[in-house]
Amino acid sequence: MKMRADRRSFLRSWAAGAAATALGWLQPVLALAAGWNKAAFEAGNIEGAIQFAGVGEAIPSEDIVIKAPEIAENGAQVPVEIQSNIPGTDQILIFSDKNVQPYVGLFEFRNGAEPFISTRIKMGDTSKLRAVVRANGKYYVKMREVKVTIGGCGT
Amino acid sequence: MTRPIRMRVRLDGDVAEIRALIDHPMETGLRKDSKTGELVPLHFIRNLTVSLDGKPVLEAQWGQAIARNPYIQFRVRGAKADDEVSIEWVDNRGERGHASTKVPPAG
Repeated sequence: MKMRADRRSFLRSWAAGAAATALGWLQPVLALAAGWNKAAFEAGNIEGAIQFAGVGEAIPSEDIVIKAPEIAENGAQVPVEIQSNIPGTDQILIFSDKNVQPYVGLFEFRNGAEPFISTRIKMGDTSKLRAVVRANGKYYVKMREVKVTIGGCGT
Repeated sequence: MTRPIRMRVRLDGDVAEIRALIDHPMETGLRKDSKTGELVPLHFIRNLTVSLDGKPVLEAQWGQAIARNPYIQFRVRGAKADDEVSIEWVDNRGERGHASTKVPPAG
């Protein structure tokens, strides 16, 4: 968080002296300077993925709602919706336990975005789907089983 | 090469519902090319940022398990008509995509 704030203030001070056209060209590049958690994304099992993502201590919660099909015919396109009803939620992380690399993605909500995401993921096999949310610095988790008819990682 | 992004934004009160469909193969590195039998190299979006009126509202980090032609839908409070919604992404090869649109009037 500190780094982001520093980056923004840097941007602001820098922007003040820059030509508008140059800023328009540069902004997209700078706004995407966010990190990518290589160790977590490349972890080959759920234990490693969770450990490297820093969410090993997540507390089970019924205030996280996962919408996903009970049976996914096509593992290459599994629709998933996650809503957190825990006040102060600013991140949602998705894991598919049995994927070759189980960490699917992280969504961070800022500046008025509600803690809800709808997306589509790949599932290699019938597996637990795990939604982890961060609220006021603490992690919470909800799981849901999805049966996959045809796996979606080699397709 | 430019990969298209389709965006739909709907305003309800001060809540903007943002939907986007991004053209990208999201290759896992595990898929075999049906003609050559060779594995298709890993190729996937790693970072995506959606901004409203210049402020980031969604910042995502993805692995290769986000489905091909990624779809996202989410909502932001504090939006108003004519605010600019912009999306940008970068993948593991350093390719980038960018698109923007305006929040339409409520209705």
